[in-house]
Amino acid sequence: MALGSYKRPVRWHIAVFLAPAVAIYTAIMILPLFGTLQLALFTTVDRELVFVGLDNFRTLFGDVRWSDSFWNALVNNTWFFIIHMLVQNPIGILLAALLSSPRLRMSAFYRTAIFIPTILSFVIVGFAWKLILSPIWGIAPGILDAVGLKSLFAPWLGKEEYALTTLALISVWQFVGIPMMLIYAALLSIPDEILEAAECDGLSGMAQFWKIKLPLILPSIGIISILTFVGNFNAFDLIYSAQGALAGPDFATDVLGTFLYRTFFGFQLQLGDPNMGSTIASAMFLIILVGVSIYLFGIQTRLRRYQF
Amino acid sequence: MKKSALMLALLGSTVMGAGLAHAEDVTLTIESWRNDDLSIWQEKIIPAFEAANPGIKVQFTPSAPAEYNAVLNSKLDAGSAGDLITCRPFDASLALYDKGQLADLSGLGAMANFSDVAKSAWQTDDGSATFCVPMASVIHGFIYNKDAFEELGIEAPATEAEFFAALDKIKEDGTYIPMAMGTNDQWEAATMGYNNVGPNYWKGEEGRLALIKGEQKLTDDQWIAPFRQLAKWKDYLGDGFEAQTYPDSQNLFTLGRAAVYPAGSWEISGFNTQADFAMGAFAPPVANGGDECYISDHTDIAIGMNAASENAEAAKTFLEWVGSAEFATLYANSLPGFFSLNSAQIEMEDPLAQEFVSWRQKCNSTIRSTYQILSRGTPNLENETWNASANVIKGTETPEAAAERLQSGLASWYDPQK
Repeated sequence: MALGSYKRPVRWHIAVFLAPAVAIYTAIMILPLFGTLQLALFTTVDRELVFVGLDNFRTLFGDVRWSDSFWNALVNNTWFFIIHMLVQNPIGILLAALLSSPRLRMSAFYRTAIFIPTILSFVIVGFAWKLILSPIWGIAPGILDAVGLKSLFAPWLGKEEYALTTLALISVWQFVGIPMMLIYAALLSIPDEILEAAECDGLSGMAQFWKIKLPLILPSIGIISILTFVGNFNAFDLIYSAQGALAGPDFATDVLGTFLYRTFFGFQLQLGDPNMGSTIASAMFLIILVGVSIYLFGIQTRLRRYQF
Repeated sequence: MKKSALMLALLGSTVMGAGLAHAEDVTLTIESWRNDDLSIWQEKIIPAFEAANPGIKVQFTPSAPAEYNAVLNSKLDAGSAGDLITCRPFDASLALYDKGQLADLSGLGAMANFSDVAKSAWQTDDGSATFCVPMASVIHGFIYNKDAFEELGIEAPATEAEFFAALDKIKEDGTYIPMAMGTNDQWEAATMGYNNVGPNYWKGEEGRLALIKGEQKLTDDQWIAPFRQLAKWKDYLGDGFEAQTYPDSQNLFTLGRAAVYPAGSWEISGFNTQADFAMGAFAPPVANGGDECYISDHTDIAIGMNAASENAEAAKTFLEWVGSAEFATLYANSLPGFFSLNSAQIEMEDPLAQEFVSWRQKCNSTIRSTYQILSRGTPNLENETWNASANVIKGTETPEAAAERLQSGLASWYDPQK
């Protein structure tokens, strides 16, 4: 009887403990996000906000001038991402594999040295590289000259064909420490028994890496890919600090972030347009959302996990 | 114990002193983007005003140039902006006036000291209301290294042929980079390139107004011609100019490595302190000797009143003073290169500034073609011109293609050009 009428007490403590985080996250992330999405559906006529439905999106994708800029930024963004996936992540994995080798001396030093650029400000990185590569004061032309390769030097940041790749590689230099650290941690967590068992079965060296370690760190690589994707499609800082809001030369380094900034806040004589800016921001949000969803539902659920 | 009591007494007296001063004085705050001029305002301009107007204190609180418009707009919206607002020319300030954030100053006595051209940058389109007191304009031209020119036996050029002959000679000699300019930051190409040499082709105000009325097009010959000249500049710029920034160009010139610098007069005070060689200036060269010359004498800076200011009377006193000949003399001499728009004859001591301002006598003045009305829409003509001028100099776009692109952009939103 007594047991039958027993109700589990409401577990208030869960709500209480979650409340601060939920409140802060809602206030500074979720509300602004919905505010942006809402702003994208309005336009300003005579200083009055007027609801226009999806008209702003129609302008963004239908008007040649807007859509050209948008697709240019999207293509640049994709290239920026591809460079990171092809250069940053393989190098990160390679460095992690080298660092986790028990025979490597001074690995703590290398680890720190490679990771340090990650904690530098974008402004410092952008400015330092701009100086290094400057055709006038930079050391890059001098170094190339010293080894007799001066002819290879070009004002990379000023040429349409090289500028974006150069910036992507600078960004790779800055952030290669992150995949390295994550993979390094994943490699360290592989139990020795498994590696010993592999050795007993005659697997060592490269074969051991490809057949044992790599499958075990695949989930980490997946996480890194998605972090790179989100980070790259939100990129803005490095390009703004190195090339300015006009993302020169001739918009060759314009990514969605700089396009959004110019539109939303205005630039020089161009007045800001918060509504079109929000439209671009919403488009960015959707692109990232689709990318992350593909990963979460299409790839991550199929990754095999190993319990030790 | 004794010490702390003394301290307390001292502290008390300063607080009271400050309190008393505040009770009597009105403090005006100036919003500005000229953070380079902070010390000049604090040491020269404000003390001169405060000495003449006891009871009014003035504070100069500038922000970074690139952020000024955004910062000012949000401060005005939030009601926390200063009493006095430094005005950008044309549409940026007009938008503030239309929103009711800048006060109408048409009734100010000092307005009589300015010509209609000087006031045009801070008026409504019909000219019925003026909302900022004009302070200064900047003039475009070329600054050159006098020592280098003497060394190579070159005279300051007056015509285009002489100009390119001089550049060829400098290039042949090889000691100096002929011209210090880069395309990395883009705006120099438009401001110190296109709008510097352009007025000679489109005949200053005549062409500019015809463009606004829709009688001329950017694809007309006189509007493509400046691009054709810019396309020729490429060969005279330094190695790797594509990645050369604005400060790079300034340094190249002041370090004596480049002979000619396409300039705006605002460079004068900086160059005077940086360069240790003699400098001269020449106006944009004309096509043939004896042709009428045109210069870009751009109304650049003015000051207005926050409509929500609680110290309107004191602010008006300050603005009357800004419109006086006394302020004009003080300002023009403290900041050589910012030329007063006041109708009074202002004596200037700086020789380089005198050279620039002397062109007003022999040439016709105009303002930058892209600033009035034509940059109201999207795509923004001024910003597009940056990009087009930089492309033309680099050789990645032909003058004709660049002009075609600008015209179609302008025609897409500006009715008289459709």
